[in-house]
Amino acid sequence: MIQARFDLSYPGFALHAELQVFAHGVIALFGPSGSGKTTLLRCIAGLERTPNGALQVKDEVWQSGENFLPVHRRPLGYVFQEASLFPHLSVRRNLEYGLKRIPPEQHKVQLEQVVEWLGLSKLIDRTSPAGLSGGERQRVAIARALLTSPRLLLMDEPLSALDTASKREILPYLERLHSELDIPVIYVSHSLDEVARLADQLVLMEQGRVIASGALNEMLGRLDLPTAHLDDAGSMIETSVADHDEEYHLTRLDFSGGSLWVSRVEHAIGSRVRARVLARDVSIATVAPQGSSISNILAARIDEIRDEGPDRVNLRLSVGSGQMLLSRITRRSRDQLNLTIGMAVYAQVKSVALIA
Amino acid sequence: MESAFSSADLSAIWLTFKLAAVVTVILLLIGTPIAWWLARTPSWWKGPVGAVVALPIVLPPTVIGFYLLVAMGPSGPLGALTQAMGIGLLPFTFAGLVIASVFYSLPFVVQPLQNAFEAIPERALETAATLRASARDTFFSVVLPLAKPGFLTASVLGFAHTVGEFGVVLMIGGNIPDKTRVVSVQIYDHVEAMEYASAHWLSAGMVVFAFVVLLALYTLNPTGKRK
Repeated sequence: MIQARFDLSYPGFALHAELQVFAHGVIALFGPSGSGKTTLLRCIAGLERTPNGALQVKDEVWQSGENFLPVHRRPLGYVFQEASLFPHLSVRRNLEYGLKRIPPEQHKVQLEQVVEWLGLSKLIDRTSPAGLSGGERQRVAIARALLTSPRLLLMDEPLSALDTASKREILPYLERLHSELDIPVIYVSHSLDEVARLADQLVLMEQGRVIASGALNEMLGRLDLPTAHLDDAGSMIETSVADHDEEYHLTRLDFSGGSLWVSRVEHAIGSRVRARVLARDVSIATVAPQGSSISNILAARIDEIRDEGPDRVNLRLSVGSGQMLLSRITRRSRDQLNLTIGMAVYAQVKSVALIA
Repeated sequence: MESAFSSADLSAIWLTFKLAAVVTVILLLIGTPIAWWLARTPSWWKGPVGAVVALPIVLPPTVIGFYLLVAMGPSGPLGALTQAMGIGLLPFTFAGLVIASVFYSLPFVVQPLQNAFEAIPERALETAATLRASARDTFFSVVLPLAKPGFLTASVLGFAHTVGEFGVVLMIGGNIPDKTRVVSVQIYDHVEAMEYASAHWLSAGMVVFAFVVLLALYTLNPTGKRK
């Protein structure tokens, strides 16, 4: 477990955060800007010193009462929003900066290994980080942090300073780290897409407070949380690649609730992928639709209905065992179809985004 | 042609360089922590301390020299201290000249260093800390290399400014051959004695020295030209 409690106030901002999450996988800190995500992350790192704060990471107490482990003694890695490479050091010396400062018996990853993971072999002999692109700089910064063999990796919106192309370039590396390294990652983000793609646990913040936290899917399915009000509210479904249809250039993804057809992907049959379905892309039919151009139709049951503004409602549907979908429809449709909790319906999925 | 410099001239030149070198080393040692504090402190004292450090820029050297003379004299606090320590009195000694010069040249070392330190983003220090570097380690592995141009400027200005001082030297050092008679005082003596040729040689030497030093500073130091 990672348990933390911090209180901090500045003029115009106050953090009163209590956090309790499992110390594995990717833990996303999500919330609007100014909600205190970065401040909470800095408190965890020790970059912000709060009186009377408390922090325990697994069995190690990093802060408690008067005890405050200084930043440089904490076995953590920190990736800032902008890459913060040392301009006076070559790429290799940047990578080695942290590595050289931990005792050899604590090395859990090798330089060559990390260089390979993050695709840095062409960059490592650069004499200065000055010529690197934004995405390359951020990859070097991530590698540099990993090379300290951290027991907790903290990432503060590592993609937010990058353009879309660099983001697309770097995300696969992050996913790879996720699957190859057994290090808990606390990841600050204000993009629900990024969160759905990377996170296992979700911590929601608002006005300096943690308002809810839990497993990603459970959280995404809660209609009472602010995430359900977002334009890109939706669910994440863990699927496996089942079949490729070469003629129509499609791929079938299977999960316990049925199958979803998506545009042909490169993943091998059997590989696990996350599919993201937005609430606004799911419509409801009470009888099995005939003659529809929508090919992804799943049998579902309505678990919850909640008003979403004056004209719309959000539905949570269960499909298969333990999987859920969100659907956003008009209030009028709800009344015309007489939708009630417990009702069996058909969910028509207009679009599926593949996110891994 | 006879030697351009008399042995008294050469002795004054040697003394000047010795003084400037000693003063520069001392200034880098005490100026670095002062500049670091001024660059990073959120304290209210930043203003007053910065102003005190900058005083020698605006005050006539004779004013600084006068107060240092009083302080180091037999009834001044510094004088009382040095007498109690058995060192005797500092005015009209090389050590006294060093102390006076340190005060006089302090802003020329502190200000370039302060500017260089202020230009180092807080983020660089935080990054180093998250990579396991202690504050001391960070200072040597990040701050010093990043502030290198500032140290170069500070050293050159501290050295050159000490070489060029006159008023403070006269007040504190007097005019004692081999002990306190530096080049600027020697030139004054030559002029007083109507030895214009000798005064020319030394003065021209100073001009060339100052020009070469500043030229080197401006061409070698890439401050502000990085892409």
